Amino acid sequence: MTLEFHERDDYLSWGRVERRPQVVARPASRRDLAPFAHGERRPRLAVGLLRSYGDSCLATGAALLDLTRLDHFIAFDEASGLLTAEAGVSLGEIMRAFVPRGWFPPVTPGTRFVTLGGAIANDVHGKNHEAAGTIGRHVASLTLLRSDAGEVTCSPTENAELFAATVGGLGLTGIITTVTVRLRRIQSAFVDAEKLAYGTLDEFFALNAASEGAFEHLVAWFDCTAGSRNLGRGIFSRANWSPFGALEPHRERGLLRVPVEFPSFAINRLSLRAINVAYRGLELRGLGSHRLHYGPFFHPLDSIQGWSRVYGRAGMYQYQCVLPPESAADATRALLDAISRSGEGSFLAVLKAFGALPSPGLLSFPRPGITLAVDFANHGPRTLALFERLDAIVREAGGRLYPAKDGRISREMFAAGYPELARFARSVDPACTSDFWERVRP
Amino acid sequence: MTNPRRVLILGALSAIATATARLLAAEGARFVLVARDAEALETLAADLRARGATSAATVAADLAVASPEALLPALLEPLGGAIDAAYLAYGVLGDLGLAERDLTVAAQVIDTNYRSAALWCLAVAAVLERQRAGSLVVIGSVAGDRGRKSNYLYGSTKAGLGVLVQGLAHRLAKVGARAVLVKPGFVDTPMTEHVAGRRGPLWATPEQVAPALVKAASGGGTVVYTPWFWRPIMAIIRAVPGPIFHRTNL
Repeated sequence: MTLEFHERDDYLSWGRVERRPQVVARPASRRDLAPFAHGERRPRLAVGLLRSYGDSCLATGAALLDLTRLDHFIAFDEASGLLTAEAGVSLGEIMRAFVPRGWFPPVTPGTRFVTLGGAIANDVHGKNHEAAGTIGRHVASLTLLRSDAGEVTCSPTENAELFAATVGGLGLTGIITTVTVRLRRIQSAFVDAEKLAYGTLDEFFALNAASEGAFEHLVAWFDCTAGSRNLGRGIFSRANWSPFGALEPHRERGLLRVPVEFPSFAINRLSLRAINVAYRGLELRGLGSHRLHYGPFFHPLDSIQGWSRVYGRAGMYQYQCVLPPESAADATRALLDAISRSGEGSFLAVLKAFGALPSPGLLSFPRPGITLAVDFANHGPRTLALFERLDAIVREAGGRLYPAKDGRISREMFAAGYPELARFARSVDPACTSDFWERVRP
Repeated sequence: MTNPRRVLILGALSAIATATARLLAAEGARFVLVARDAEALETLAADLRARGATSAATVAADLAVASPEALLPALLEPLGGAIDAAYLAYGVLGDLGLAERDLTVAAQVIDTNYRSAALWCLAVAAVLERQRAGSLVVIGSVAGDRGRKSNYLYGSTKAGLGVLVQGLAHRLAKVGARAVLVKPGFVDTPMTEHVAGRRGPLWATPEQVAPALVKAASGGGTVVYTPWFWRPIMAIIRAVPGPIFHRTNL
């Protein structure tokens, strides 16, 4: 079957800021991709469930290849946990199929609506970064379809340079078609979680240090509207997989859905403050230890489909940076201070420590230190000006931003954060591109 | 656990059949998968095995032209000669405009969706009758509920098939076997790739309609709408008087 391309205006990235029609095809099999190998130079980008926030999953004017129908498992080895699957399989589908048999993806980001290929291309991390590192560390091998070389198998030992470029490589090194990933054993579908309130940033750092090693999953929510004395106050959450409880997967039915975009005034300084105070109040009542299903623990927002629509027509940004350990405390304080003064920010604000396990990709975002992620409604120049101020703090601290979340970084800021950028560029498939890459390429 | 279910799927590569097979695989079913594309069938079989299927055999055949009498015994062999559930899931939408101008195109739609499908249903029903057990689940369409100018040819084949299945259900009832017609509404599949507005509120994914197909094989009525809200919608559409209906553009 030849691929049919259609111009589509409903292919938006998660932040919904950019509204550029995309020319999209949905191949039904890997065979349909054959025309994109060996010398066919048509610019292309493979995409999955479009959970990247900015423009790294858009390629205006190029061929956008939606791989969500390449969703077959190819083989599973019950002894080793090695799963080979097509790149369009979602992590959620892996969970639905393998949780009942006692297996779980080695790493899950805050949403299960990501494809395996997308997870590799962004070298995603989860709450277990200290213990497990990024997902790329658990990839045994993958196949790429390149315009100049056809099908290429890469692994940490075979075509190692291309593997390092592909993990975290934003889909630019070729079309990822299959992946072999090592699942991890679980005894139940539940985690034993504990929530603790903390009042200051120093308390966060102390709690994190005290929890490392004893807890696999660590993360903190903080109130980004709280200033001065309360700067950084929030709720610290730590958990381990529970040995107790059934191996029941999550359900996809009965999910709530945000059907339309909210009016853009819905998220303002006042409503934000109220939401943060209310959320903190709710969380304070839920402190202590609980046994929780992995769904609400790892993917709380997945129960509200299309939640980014609450930010309205103008869309939203997420600002996520990582700061090296030596400058983390001061720089985090400076960032929080700048955000709380601006009155921007939202109810989603996360602090997390990255551990020492090295990320395998040349453009992998995680590195040792502290990562901070905050959602912002898009208020145009005002929001972008705040980001410029935050950029200056991150750059000064020797940190960097996460391409999966970015929709506005400057070429210079990107290059400053990713010292292997020039080396990465040598592995880019000459026919692959994205709006993000056109913006930042060296 | 009881013995694995023995499942025959005619048209296994249809998106709805694939989603249904995946649910059955998780329960350890044994499969014979039939469709035209041998390579894609192998991909699906591997997927089902990885999901827990006890076995998955593939047979590449063009069901629209194959002879059920000649082929069916071979299809049943990997299942030990018996079936717990048979799904008939193949069909073509066809280009109505083309079919109106060129009757050979119309004949293809009729041959595939009605003539061949009806013969396969009759052949499978004979097996179920002999076994005195098992279910035949046939995928129909809400398009078969009322002829509309936009897809009446396709709709008529599904309507004809519906009456056939209804009759088979009647015939099989006395021996304890079953025949069920499942009518999905709008489903986002490669068959409907060209339709605009595929993300509207009436649209479902194959994964959303698959549980109804699994359930249809083990009990319930002989006509199943999925999602459920299509039953009242189609009741209304059938009830609209002709003079008013003719002024609509459905």
